[in-house]
Amino acid sequence: MRHSTRIAVGPVQFRIGSDWAEPIAALEHLYAGYPQDDTRPSDATVRLFAARPWRRWLRPSVHIGGDFVVPDALPLPLSMGLLAAEMGMNLQVALGWRRHMLLHASAVAKDGRALIMSGESGSGKSTLAALLGEKEGGGDWRLMGDEFTLIDPAGGNAFAFPRAVSLKNEAIAEVAARVDPSRLGPLLAATPKGDIRHLIPRADAIAAMHEPARPALLLFPRFGGEASVEPMGEGEAFVRLTEASTNYVALGEAGFAALTRLVRETPAFAISYPDSAAGIALVEQLWAEAAK
Amino acid sequence: MSAVRSFVDLLAGRRDPAALGPRDWDGVIGVARSEAMLATLAHRLADACLPPAVAALFADQRAAAKVAQAQALWEAEMARRALAPAGIEFVLLKGAAYAAADMSCAAGRQIGDLDILVLAPDIRRAENLLLKAGWEWVKSDPYDDAYYRQHMHELPPMIHKARDRMIDVHHTILPRTHRITPDALALVGDAVTSGAGFAVLNPADMACHCAAHMLADGDLQGGLRNLWDFHTMTRDFAAADPGYWGELDGRAALHGLQSAVHRAARLSRDLYGVALPSAWDRQDPSDVWFRRRLFARDDWGRVTDPLLEQAFYIRSHWLRMPPAMLARHLWTKWRKR
Repeated sequence: MRHSTRIAVGPVQFRIGSDWAEPIAALEHLYAGYPQDDTRPSDATVRLFAARPWRRWLRPSVHIGGDFVVPDALPLPLSMGLLAAEMGMNLQVALGWRRHMLLHASAVAKDGRALIMSGESGSGKSTLAALLGEKEGGGDWRLMGDEFTLIDPAGGNAFAFPRAVSLKNEAIAEVAARVDPSRLGPLLAATPKGDIRHLIPRADAIAAMHEPARPALLLFPRFGGEASVEPMGEGEAFVRLTEASTNYVALGEAGFAALTRLVRETPAFAISYPDSAAGIALVEQLWAEAAK
Repeated sequence: MSAVRSFVDLLAGRRDPAALGPRDWDGVIGVARSEAMLATLAHRLADACLPPAVAALFADQRAAAKVAQAQALWEAEMARRALAPAGIEFVLLKGAAYAAADMSCAAGRQIGDLDILVLAPDIRRAENLLLKAGWEWVKSDPYDDAYYRQHMHELPPMIHKARDRMIDVHHTILPRTHRITPDALALVGDAVTSGAGFAVLNPADMACHCAAHMLADGDLQGGLRNLWDFHTMTRDFAAADPGYWGELDGRAALHGLQSAVHRAARLSRDLYGVALPSAWDRQDPSDVWFRRRLFARDDWGRVTDPLLEQAFYIRSHWLRMPPAMLARHLWTKWRKR
């Protein structure tokens, strides 16, 4: 393809090709601090392409392709090329990765132990993980990722997938107030997923992206309503995580064993919180009291 | 060298994987994924000396393919439990059959839908039994439904509501409207029992079906994989039975598939490097188009020759139905867009 780049996030080496220069330049800015190994072949391919040659210039619209393709997926305007690249990378991992069990969950780690947060879009799992990852002073949380948490079926450890964090809507201002502006990507306004701005994880989180962490606490956050904590039984956590996993079925017995072990060994809670400060406080409290 | 040629050479054993650079691997892995053959390549190169990242990816692929194959055979078992009590016997086709018979092309082969073949008089009963056992119709469009029932070689596809797996129930191996009419009764009657206890086509019929599926029915989507199936099965069958090529010729004649089977043999010689018996070892100028179509992929896994792709698409329809019917079909499909 005309333009291309290679990016390694956690264990996955991507190659990303594009008919346009802009999305590649934007990616190279966001991922400049990630390790580059030119001797390593790519695991996954993402293609950003124009469906017809003239659509490269005339109302350019970006189709998302690669090793795996979602039929009839709608293209995005070129101004949202970075979002298209992000969606393409997520898609290849969700459908193609088999080494780990994939959980659609954010995660942060401290002292080699992981806090895993799973929830629908809008639950605030990305924002909580990003804010914890930025916490000054009593923090020391390492951001592991805001989209996927990888569970090793053999040992049960969690592995990081620290792509650039996808901040949405209100979370943008909240996080932007705390970080160096050079760590933020361009504002993508009014995308199908709302306003989006990417946050480059801290350098230490990127440097530690291959380090495993032992799952110590599972949270299922819900944004809105009174602050509350509800312990969750193994059965419900299991069912919720099967729904949050994109390759649970494909892994067969190994997936079943990995997930059973995760919910049996890790305390789980559903939490509600009215705002980020209350959410962070709840998370820290549970971490101190209940984490394994 | 282009990635798709490197990929074919690696499968054929003509190229040393140690000689590939990292960017060569990018292309080979991309092409292999586009052809749904990455796990096949992983098995082919299981003992090769590979860069660590490739070796790790290939190990993932082999493990995943093993699980997928067990799931596909479980699906076959589910169909057996739905149909056997009513006395309906079926023959497994394609991927699930190769897995049930533990053939070498099954190693890493992706298995999509469950394809089974029943006798034409049993097909309505088979459909009812599968509906009772939890499969559901997928096609909601009445034209598509009627089209399948009147003209195709299979029922409209059904999907299992709990397991989300598709089943294609065939009563023969080419559309009813196709210029060629294979002998479906002979296919079922002369089927053999696999190691896993399922009925599968006999060795000659299996290669006939593979060639028919690749060259007489489809538009060569997934052609490299079908050709790999054909190549490895004829190689192994011929090694076990010196009279195999002769039997294959006879069965191909019975089914009207001689031209497709001979072309498949020539293409597997040209791409994967098998030696053919002298009666099969010919040249046909039109093979060049088929080779070109099979190699029409760039290093990013994209089809490079859309015109040729379109031409093979039109050819597949041309073979499938008479011209007046084709015109009516395309008109209806176009109006429904």
